Parts: sequence; C-alpha cells; structure tokens
Amino acid sequence: MALPKVCGIETEYGIVVRGADGNPATASSQLINAYVAAVQRGRGGSAVTWDFEDEHPATDARGFTLDDAVAPEVETTLVNAVLTNGSRYYVDHAHPEISTPEVLDARQAVRFDRASEEIVRRSMTLAKRLLPDGAEIVVYKNNSDGKGNSYGCHENYLLARSVPFGQIVRQVTPHFVTRQVFCGAGKVGCELSGADPASVPYQLSQRADFFEEEVGLETTIKRPIINTRDEPHCDPKKYRRLHVIVGDANMSEVATYLKVGTTSIVLAMIEDDVLGDEWTLANPVAAIRRVSHDPGLNVAIRLQSGVRATALEVQWGLLERARKYELSHGLGAVDEEVGADVLRRWEHVLTALEADPDSVADTVDWVAKRRIVDGYRDRHGLAPGDLRLKAIDLQYHDLRADRSLAARAGLATIIGADEVESAITEPPTGTRAYFRGRCLAKFGDSIVAANWDSLVFDLGDEPLRRVPMMEPSRGTAEHVASLIDSSDTAAELLERLGS
Amino acid sequence: MAEQKHRSKQTPSRRDDVETTEDAPATSESGEKLKAELDDLLDEIDEVLESNAEDFVKSYVQKGGQ
Repeated sequence: MALPKVCGIETEYGIVVRGADGNPATASSQLINAYVAAVQRGRGGSAVTWDFEDEHPATDARGFTLDDAVAPEVETTLVNAVLTNGSRYYVDHAHPEISTPEVLDARQAVRFDRASEEIVRRSMTLAKRLLPDGAEIVVYKNNSDGKGNSYGCHENYLLARSVPFGQIVRQVTPHFVTRQVFCGAGKVGCELSGADPASVPYQLSQRADFFEEEVGLETTIKRPIINTRDEPHCDPKKYRRLHVIVGDANMSEVATYLKVGTTSIVLAMIEDDVLGDEWTLANPVAAIRRVSHDPGLNVAIRLQSGVRATALEVQWGLLERARKYELSHGLGAVDEEVGADVLRRWEHVLTALEADPDSVADTVDWVAKRRIVDGYRDRHGLAPGDLRLKAIDLQYHDLRADRSLAARAGLATIIGADEVESAITEPPTGTRAYFRGRCLAKFGDSIVAANWDSLVFDLGDEPLRRVPMMEPSRGTAEHVASLIDSSDTAAELLERLGS
Repeated sequence: MAEQKHRSKQTPSRRDDVETTEDAPATSESGEKLKAELDDLLDEIDEVLESNAEDFVKSYVQKGGQ
C-alpha cells in the first residue's frame, strides 16, 4: 500500500520596495526580521536558526552527479528562521520564502499555505513601521515578473524509495503537464524566449514558459518538469521526497487543494503501480507550453502511443483511474475523507471547464483573473497588450488586503478564519512538525538550531544534543503531546525521550 | 485516437451525477452571482489599481529564483 502522502508547499514570493530604495534581498531580510522579532518579543525566546547539517540539494535522484549541472546554492548568511507552526521562513534568491510544515493531506496543506500568506501579510505591516514614512515592502504571491524572471512555488511529496525514479517521471509527468487546466494561476502575455507576445495574450500558467527540460537537477535555469533533487530530509533508505517545481502559486484555496490533492492521489497510484503508461507524453516540454497557451482548452497533445488527447481528456483519464483506485485500494494514503472530496471536486472542475469555464471563476485562478482582465478591457475598450491589463495580472497576487484583486474576485474558501489563525502559531498534529513546533514554542530558549529532520538542544553545560526526526510520521501529537505537556524543561523532555 | 475519444465520451453519465451532488456548486446560480460580483469589482477597480499602471508594470522586476 502507498505510504501516507506527507506533503508541504514552499512559496517564493515576489517583493517590491515602494517609496524608498532597497534591494530585494535586504527587503526580504527586513520583512522576515520584523516578523521574527515581533514573535520573539511576544514569547521572550531566543532566535532559533536553521541548521544546514543535513542539506544536500545537489544530490540527484537518478543516482549520479551531473558535472555540468549548477548545484543549487544554499545561502547560509541570510535570515533563516523556524516558526512555532513548524514552518521555515527565510530569504532565498532575493525572495522571501515560506516552507509550510509537513502535513498529511491536501486540506491541511491549504490551511498552512493560507497561514503562510497571513504571516507574510503581518510581516508587511510590521516592516512598514520600521521603514521611513511613505515607504513599504509589498509582497506578491505569483511566479513571474512578466519580463522573463520566474520564482517558484514548490510542492513536496513523500514517496517510497522502492518506486523506480524512471516510473515516477513517465507516469506523473502527464499530470504535471495537464493539471494546469484547473491549477494554473493565469498570466497576461508570454515569456517564452523567441515567441511573439502578441500570439499569446493570455495563458493558463505563470510558470509553463520557463520549462525547458523533461528531467533535471536545476531549479533556476533550464528548469525541468521533473526535478531530481534527491534530498529526502528523512530516512533515505526508505523514502524519497518528490520535489515538484512545475506548479503555480495559487490565490484560490480550492485550486491549491486540487493541485495537492490530485497530485497526492496520482502519486499514490504510481506507488501502488496501478497507473501505467497509457498517458505518457511524446514531448512533455512542448506539451506543457501548448496546454498553457490554450485557454480554449482545445489543443490536443501527442502521447507516446501516438494517440492525441486534449489536456482535459488526459485529466478525465487520470480521474477515471483514480476512481478505480479508490475502489481497489481505498484512499487511506491521502486521507479517506479528503481523498473522496478531492475526487468529487476534481470531477466537478473538469465538467465545468468542459461546459463553461466561467462557471468555475470562484475556484480556478486563471478563469477568475481572465474575467477581470477581459471585463476591464471590454469596459474601457483597451487594446490587447495595454499595460493596465498586465497591472491587473500582477495585482491579482498583491498580498495587501486593501490592494489584492484576488481578494475581490469572489473566490470560494474551504478553510475557516479560525483554522488559519491557529495555523499561524500551532503546528499540524499528524507529522513530526508537531514535535518541532511544540518544542520551539515551549523550549525555544534551549534549542539552538532546527531543520526538517532534527532539533539541536543546548542544555547549558553539556555538549549540544541533536534529536533526530528521520520518520516524518513520528513525533505527532498522538506520540509526544503528553510527553511535551508534562515536561517542564528541555532537559526533562530529553531525559524522557532517551528512556 | 478513437479509443481516447471513446474514453472521454464515456464519462457523461458520471458528469450528470455531479449536478445532483448536493455539495457541488450549482453552476447557473454561482454563474449569476459571479457575474454580479465581477460587475461590482469592475465598478470599484480603478480605486484599487495602482494609479500609474505603466510605471507599476515596468518597475515590477524580480530577480530570478527557483
């Protein structure tokens, strides 16, 4: 049976300094420092920094090292904090980034993604107080500046190490190429080098223009549809972490839910070896662009079998397999209840996209954004290419409550405000993130460093003590809540953990 | 191709079911509501949009990331 599809979302945000000079790396640091300082004032704790001991971003899942590959750089000098909800808040490549804690299902992934947005929103407010009058740092949850520069929203999924990597590549790629019909965030214009921008006034995805390879290690140049970074952050003999760099950051909760939910199910099917190669694509790189450049959803892409199918047909095929999988294996790997709900919504969105895409303007970002762009264009008689239309595209993703167009687009929500609020400070209960977050909240003064798979404690006169967390599904509330509750000090906790 | 088309056409029976699922949004109603919301948004959008769209778009330049 497939492993629980432990998952998480890392979002690199766009950042702009208004009313003052500032470079984006400095502004990102100011933004994060303002938040971290406020949190620490609140709880009186000391800074907990990220521990790079177990980071190996240059290891390749295919089992070799590419000599000509550019190894991803980890910048150890920039701000890097771990929060009590188990997430990591840091500066990456001149962007602020939040990696959510590990969660067990798509619904929790949406909840912590929303909490991350809220953390950034509060950071903007806090940072503004530290800047000169009239200056502010503005953060955008998008993936491109419209000028050929892209930054990612990555998903991560736990997979069994025993699944051959080649099988994952063949079988999940069709989903990555076609899922953009419901989880594309929409983009005015085209950034494909050499393409005539006028030929693509609007497309489904922010990111599709930037993918040049089918498989590879890079994330910043020659981006591959399947990223091979083999850095599981857990027991490498048992697990791999599929690092998905192909998606858009979504403003719509339902879009994020479908993105993570459908992908979790597809990966569970691959792990249980029931998906097969029927949908393997002949040319994924060409296909991902063609699908993105086709808001009419009519273009057929070629499968390796020689058959041609539209993105919607591929999606119907995957959904049909998922329905069978539900009957044969159950959806325990993605949470039965969430899995069943994802299947229902998956079917609904495909039906609606086929019949009348505008009917899912409350859930699909590219549809919601297109309606605003087209509505504004028609009302003011603007020509395609008018910069006001691109301004609407960018401002859809503005995270300031009083400026965000997404917040005014009538998007449906699935996570209550109280659930978002609690996720800002409290960790999820079903993974090791619970142990990380609770320990930081209660024993933060005794923790000198933290990362995904360990915590490092300083108890004073003894050597530093590293507590490994190599099993993502251990350290949950069920396992350790009473232990943490009943320990008054970190020393007491470690003593009990050791016994 | 015939096989794929066939597969795709097999699904209408299930698609019909969707309309009867209670929790699924009723398309026509939500369509009306969405249209009204869009009109409202377009009425007020100029107050929210950056005042100089051209400058805003041109100055929105990011460093490439991951």
